[in-house]
Amino acid sequence: MRKMLAAVSRVLAGAAQKPASRVLIASRNFANDATFEIKRCDLHRLEEGPPVTTVLTREDGLKYYRMMQTVRRMELKADQLYKQKIIRGFCHLCDGQEACCVGLEAGINPTDHLITAYRAHGFTFTRGLPVRTILAELTGRRGGCAKGKGGSMHMYAKNFYGGNGIVGAQVPLGAGIALACKYNGKDEVCLTLYGDGAANQGQIFEAYNMAALWKLPCIFICENNRYGMGTSVERAAASTDYYKRGDFIPGLRVDGMDILCVREATKFAAAYCRSGKGPILMELQTYRYHGHSMSDPGVSYRTREEIQEVRSKSDPIMLLKDRMVNSNLASVEELKEIDVEVRKEIEDAAQFATADPEPPLEELGYHIYSSDPPFEVRGANQWIKFKSVS
Amino acid sequence: MAAVASRTAGLLRLRAAGAERRWCGPRCAGLVQGFLPPGGEGAAQKRRVAHFTFQPDPESLQYGQTQKMNLFQSITSALDNSLAKDPTAVIFGEDVAFGGVFRCTVGLRDKYGKDRVFNTPLCEQGIVGFGIGIAVTGATAIAEIQFADYIFPAFDQIVNEAAKYRYRSGDLFNCGSLTIRAPWGCVGHGALYHSQSPEAFFAHCPGIKVVIPRSPFQAKGLLLSCIEDKNPCIFFEPKILYRAAVEQVPVEPYKIPLSQAEVIQEGSDVTLVAWGTQVHVIREVASMAREKLGVSCEIIDLRTIVPWDVDTVCKEECFLNLEAPISRVCGYDTPFPHIFEPFYIPDKWKCYDALRKMINY
Repeated sequence: MRKMLAAVSRVLAGAAQKPASRVLIASRNFANDATFEIKRCDLHRLEEGPPVTTVLTREDGLKYYRMMQTVRRMELKADQLYKQKIIRGFCHLCDGQEACCVGLEAGINPTDHLITAYRAHGFTFTRGLPVRTILAELTGRRGGCAKGKGGSMHMYAKNFYGGNGIVGAQVPLGAGIALACKYNGKDEVCLTLYGDGAANQGQIFEAYNMAALWKLPCIFICENNRYGMGTSVERAAASTDYYKRGDFIPGLRVDGMDILCVREATKFAAAYCRSGKGPILMELQTYRYHGHSMSDPGVSYRTREEIQEVRSKSDPIMLLKDRMVNSNLASVEELKEIDVEVRKEIEDAAQFATADPEPPLEELGYHIYSSDPPFEVRGANQWIKFKSVS
Repeated sequence: MAAVASRTAGLLRLRAAGAERRWCGPRCAGLVQGFLPPGGEGAAQKRRVAHFTFQPDPESLQYGQTQKMNLFQSITSALDNSLAKDPTAVIFGEDVAFGGVFRCTVGLRDKYGKDRVFNTPLCEQGIVGFGIGIAVTGATAIAEIQFADYIFPAFDQIVNEAAKYRYRSGDLFNCGSLTIRAPWGCVGHGALYHSQSPEAFFAHCPGIKVVIPRSPFQAKGLLLSCIEDKNPCIFFEPKILYRAAVEQVPVEPYKIPLSQAEVIQEGSDVTLVAWGTQVHVIREVASMAREKLGVSCEIIDLRTIVPWDVDTVCKEECFLNLEAPISRVCGYDTPFPHIFEPFYIPDKWKCYDALRKMINY
């Protein structure tokens, strides 16, 4: 009898230690999917736009939530590491803009192409690189995605062309990638992103002209986070209707804080391009919580109240979470568990990024040219030589 | 090679045979750490000390009362003097209205009004082209490019338009009252696009002047000369010196002539030529050479890169009189690296090493 009591109490104790969420999940039935209404997009030179309702499956919802939460936590971890001076140099964070990178990825295929400017950590992740290689690149270690030689602004992955420092320079590149897509005939598109500041660069308009003239499958995307560094859009642009700036290129204005809106708009735009009609322009209205970069506190040109208001009313992760919980696609506890897992993943990645060794000095001269056999690179004076291997 | 732009430069030249004393081994082994490649554990240590120490010049008393200023304050003072004296002078560029990302234009908009100090959108080609237009009508245009690394979209405007305006119009028109200012040079963490020194790209372009100061006192005088010079000028400001360099600078306007190099220190064995931040590096190299090798070095600050002061640098028919080939000490022939920056920059040890090899040539 005593043995039985002991056994029972052991089992009960074991059961009590199981996280409550798991017990709850086992006992709850979730909906498989739910239909949501999304904002209508403003259109330019288009008869119809993306649909105003969309279906979100539970599986997709959890995936998007996890991805957005990973990007958010990764950016906050980068902030922390920067303040500890483990990351140095320039660091442009995209927290607040998670719906853009995750939503765009949800609307395209992995075989499609994407190029963006320097606020690229989120895109590097959504295009398939693990967090540890991103953080290791930020800290400049050999485990980084560019072997530690690029840093924050120069991260690359398959079908992801960076990561570009010069503002606006990536847009003609994107048009070129789109030309290659059309030429190869594999039904791929190129997403070419730039910001509201870059929208005033001359080369953007050159790219518009070429893409429209040759009907390239290029989706130009302006990530309008209202501030070009410290200059608000009203003070920088004669026309803040960035989706109309393509003039002869049709455009749509999308709520960039709502991931479902971004996803539907991307699907619409990709279908438009794939049908051979030529380029299309998307303006994503979004917001960044951090300043332009880590050296910008971000409050000298906007008020803390404004940042707080966006955080409380339009935070992309919060919006998705509320939708999923209210439609019984997931429970609060389940999402909290995802938070915990993500936190752990980021911690491990940060640990790796801090402990990994820096690239060896010999690599300083590598990969300048493509060359076989290796050649010598002149150092600081004519007696210092480095080998360049490619 | 294409990487010419990314060098902060110095030149070594041996003029006459000096003492042949050999270098007696590293007495200051601790300081050689800068050369050691990163090892395994413990390699991820914090860096780093700057690769130079700013050495202020003695206070100049010939221009009236002086005030302690750092580099960006001396630039502000020069711009203030310009706007006060010349009613047609305007300052424009990205973010200059609130004071600029390096605080070079702080207070000017409040003092002179938003018609004269205003922001432009993000468009370097547009900024310089627009500046050329203002200058052609006779007004004084002071354009700021936010970082020298971003000057390349404007390269066509500078080289093809600004530099050739006077020549191609037979002196009917010119944009001489244009001055372009840009922060220049490495800073320790700037990586590829916030560290470049592109003066070499402009050095082969007749029609423009390129000027680089080494200190606040030099900066104010040279900038005022550039603004008043009747030729389009590019004024590169070593960004690492904005706060690090502090000197007594006259409050009243004064000018330092362009195209004149300055012999900062006389010497008889080796000539060291540099500009910008590198002048302070080779000052240290010269004292190291005097201590360890007994070699007497002449230090020349070139100041104006183009048109450069040939006479000061090559006082005699130097080519036939050189005891050793001219040695160039600069950044590596690679793009300006991110993580490798401490190894890339031509610090005093690399300069000293080159000097030593030249002495023993």
